[in-house]
Amino acid sequence: MSKLALTTEGETHVVVKRRFEAPPEAVYRAHLDPKLLRQWCLGPEGWTMPVCINEGKAGGKIRYEWANGKGGGFFLTGEILELEPPHRIVHVERMHLPDPTPDNHVVTTFVADGTGTLMTMRMSLPDAATRKAMLSTGMEHGMEASYARLERLSGWKTAS
Amino acid sequence: MRYVMSVQLAQSLDRTFTALADPTRRRILARLASGEATVNELAEPFAISQPAISRHIRVLSEAGLIVQRVDGTKRPCRLAPEALTELDQYLQMLREALTRNYHRLDQLLAKQKKRRESP
Repeated sequence: MSKLALTTEGETHVVVKRRFEAPPEAVYRAHLDPKLLRQWCLGPEGWTMPVCINEGKAGGKIRYEWANGKGGGFFLTGEILELEPPHRIVHVERMHLPDPTPDNHVVTTFVADGTGTLMTMRMSLPDAATRKAMLSTGMEHGMEASYARLERLSGWKTAS
Repeated sequence: MRYVMSVQLAQSLDRTFTALADPTRRRILARLASGEATVNELAEPFAISQPAISRHIRVLSEAGLIVQRVDGTKRPCRLAPEALTELDQYLQMLREALTRNYHRLDQLLAKQKKRRESP
């Protein structure tokens, strides 16, 4: 399995790089086609995406809703700003937790790399208040125990 | 300057993630969350040798997650209070979610490829 590279850029951005063993056309399509998105864009184990709307055109709307089957859930809305098939997607998105987080501007590129594709996704780093909201919502449910431990450590830290 | 700082942050995050990736090391951190402990005390609940525990402690220490002080022949460990920021937690959560997403996408792409290649 290919390894994920996640780095911060300055104080405001996160850059994610990942290689896939498929041509750019296939990886690009998997990021826009709701039928495909619902199969992979699920986050932690145990979550599903009961609603997946992606209009797949510039100016088109995005709406993803996730549920963990235990009453937990949240949703994301967004708009597609630019599409350059099969190499570039520019979109804006926000989480509803349920209050909307500030807009996250995301540029995703797909570049042929031998028989595969190198994907690079550059997105905004949420501000401290948004991170706190994201960490305290249902998002962490289903995360591995390691994450629960991080939260406890953080609680210990605050108490000290 | 900003770029240099971001590289340093990225490197330090990589060390943090590597240190946290191991279940024994996470258990050591969980144990230290309830207070200072010596290497012997940390080794006790684990069925592994003290040199192995010492190696884990070195990784945690290099990642800045724990600090050690000298007390005679003992080297008690405790959590470094500034070790895990909210940013680290957020990035760790993002990394875990994306790792799972892209693993599923790998499988989906492999399935599509198989379908394309089969007559």
